[in-house]
Amino acid sequence: MSEKSEKSVPTEPRLSVFKTYKLYVGGKFPRSESGRVYEVSDSKGNWLANAPLSSRKDARDAVVAARKAFGAWSGATAYNRGQILYRIAEMLEGRREQFVREVAESEGLSKAKAAAQVDAAIDRWVWYAGWTDKIAQVVGGANPVAGPFFNLSSPEPTGVVAVLAPQESSFLGLVSVIAPVIATGNTAVVIASENAPLPALSLGEVLATSDLPGGVVNVLSGRTAEIAAPLAAHQDVNAIDLTGADEALAKELEIAAADNLKRVLRPQPVDYVATPGIERLTAFLETKTVWHPTGSLGASGSSY
Amino acid sequence: MSFAYAPAPESRAIVDIAPSYGLFIDGEFTEAADGRVFKTVSPSTEEMLSEVAQAGEADIDRAVKAARKAFGTWSALPGSERAKYLFRIARIVQERSRELAVLETLDNGKPIRETRDADLPLVAAHFFYYAGWADKLDHAGFGASPRPLGVAGQVIPWNFPLLMLAWKIAPALATGNTVVLKPAETTPLSALFFADICRQAGLPKGVVNIVPGYGDAGAALVAHPDVNKVAFTGSTAVGKEIARTVAGTRKKVTLELGGKGANIVFDDAPIDQAVEGIVTGIFFNQGQVCCAGSRLLVQESIQDELLESLKRRLSTLRLGDPLDKNTDIGAINSAEQLTRITALAEQGEAEGAERWSPACELPSSGYWFAPTLFTGVTQAHTIARDEIFGPVLSVLTFRTPEEAVAKANNTQYGLSAGIWTEKGSRILAVASKLRAGVIWSNTFNKFDPTSPFGGYKESGFGREGGRHGLEAYLDV
Repeated sequence: MSEKSEKSVPTEPRLSVFKTYKLYVGGKFPRSESGRVYEVSDSKGNWLANAPLSSRKDARDAVVAARKAFGAWSGATAYNRGQILYRIAEMLEGRREQFVREVAESEGLSKAKAAAQVDAAIDRWVWYAGWTDKIAQVVGGANPVAGPFFNLSSPEPTGVVAVLAPQESSFLGLVSVIAPVIATGNTAVVIASENAPLPALSLGEVLATSDLPGGVVNVLSGRTAEIAAPLAAHQDVNAIDLTGADEALAKELEIAAADNLKRVLRPQPVDYVATPGIERLTAFLETKTVWHPTGSLGASGSSY
Repeated sequence: MSFAYAPAPESRAIVDIAPSYGLFIDGEFTEAADGRVFKTVSPSTEEMLSEVAQAGEADIDRAVKAARKAFGTWSALPGSERAKYLFRIARIVQERSRELAVLETLDNGKPIRETRDADLPLVAAHFFYYAGWADKLDHAGFGASPRPLGVAGQVIPWNFPLLMLAWKIAPALATGNTVVLKPAETTPLSALFFADICRQAGLPKGVVNIVPGYGDAGAALVAHPDVNKVAFTGSTAVGKEIARTVAGTRKKVTLELGGKGANIVFDDAPIDQAVEGIVTGIFFNQGQVCCAGSRLLVQESIQDELLESLKRRLSTLRLGDPLDKNTDIGAINSAEQLTRITALAEQGEAEGAERWSPACELPSSGYWFAPTLFTGVTQAHTIARDEIFGPVLSVLTFRTPEEAVAKANNTQYGLSAGIWTEKGSRILAVASKLRAGVIWSNTFNKFDPTSPFGGYKESGFGREGGRHGLEAYLDV
């Protein structure tokens, strides 16, 4: 009996199961509608996988998904959004080894260095999870107007944000630019690092299992310049984070973004390991000020 | 028995307008490099008020250089000293308030009632408010020692010439920036009088430079490589052009652009108060207000009652001499603007909306447009979509709060909106769904220096006023 079962275990090395990497759009995992893929290799040039080479149509589909998700996500309570961001950290923690491997291969890092990046990325979700229900108190509040009015300023999400993820930091950088966008109630269309898209595509699988509604984050892989152009010109995109663009592309996209006065976050040097400030939270917030009479007539007496 | 109003004109003797003015650069009035001048007229009479030097590219460059030179010492001053300069300016504005109100009415055409009771008190209040911030920037929430940006290039419109100047200059100076400001070509005078206030306040040379001129001067200022910050209030089209110009640079930019504000009246609203709010919303400053409530959304069940009250109220508005203290509606700012308003109103008629104005005699000289109401307007009509920037109100109807919100948000703009209802929860629910930067509930067109003002969507970005207004002028 025991002899038989030992015999059934193959002695030669096991052939691994390859993963077909797919986009993450509207909570689903489609291939690129164009049917195109491109080769992704590690830092030594060894083939890792074929990633989807997204098209303009994929970008437009992602915007539709992000717009559809905006109402419910921006309307969710800040507490609820914080819970879900924390849940993302939980899910990531459970798949830590997978991401350490993918980051190490993608960026040519040692296991230890990749692990530090992944740990920092997990902690970053926790950090932003705690911000969701605090940012309004930090940047909003009552204004002491010189008249019989009650008047309150509060931050609101801008809408659909196109995010060009940083090219070099394929995972910690990616998380650092996505988390603040959705923490405040925006929805995002993210273009992964062009040469190292695999951690981003795998993040989609984590997001899909983290109670994050489909469409809140949409992940595209491919040529940054090709996908970013239609997003920068898209009339239903409200803001664009140009982090992953070089100087020439950033200028071109900022000009295109002026067409519907998108909010633009220009590329700037960032140390992704350091704890961020709140600039990435406020970059995609609007301030709404609501006025109402108080019914007070001051010295002349009460009017209510 | 007749209750006709006797004339009650404000005297213009308090203002001494010189026959000509120069550019104000580095503390001196100077001619334009190419000697060009333009005339500024009073829109209510077409009388020529003064001849003003017209800034060109060389003048803009000179002004930016002066501002750059002044930046070193100005930004190094302790905040408490900068504060005192701003308090001085605020006080002098108060002291010369009547003079400036009359001047503004002459140059802009708006009623003295508004310049005296709205513009000038707000101008002083803005300088007082930001004066108090100058020595407290460490506590403003932008880090321990936020730095100024440098030279601010500011381009302002003609609808609130001195108030827009205050909105731009007060926070810029409080945060330690120096300023080159271009007033609009039809209303340069109050900015030039402000130059004199800077002189009286002893403000160091070059900290504030005033360069009247046309769009080309504004474009040169925005494009100048040594300008660190661009602030613009004006049309959305120009705002987009500015956004393209600063693309790829490190210039920080804020834009306050057009609007097509929805004023939503629910069936439980106090009708008389709502009518007053509608009038304030669209006829304040002849409707030449970016946050004007130019789209009236009335719940269908009260449409007849509301329109009847509104028409009755409009019939009591007095249009005429802006210097008369009883005047409600003054002149349109320029012949060009009058042409634009006239064309859009004619298009409204051509597209099938029903036009109504109260019996209203227009003065024979000057630029005038009677208060106008369009009913039977649909969302497809041009007058429901395009900003008219004049005393023209388009009336649409709705049945449910959801429909009101959908119609209110159905615009490229997102600056202001109004909500009229007695139900508190409805105010909060509707306010949270409106995509606009300023929501007035049971009131309209209220402004205060402590309150952030600015738009969503194509109404621009950045906020002016309040703590938020500081951010635009700080390196944060």
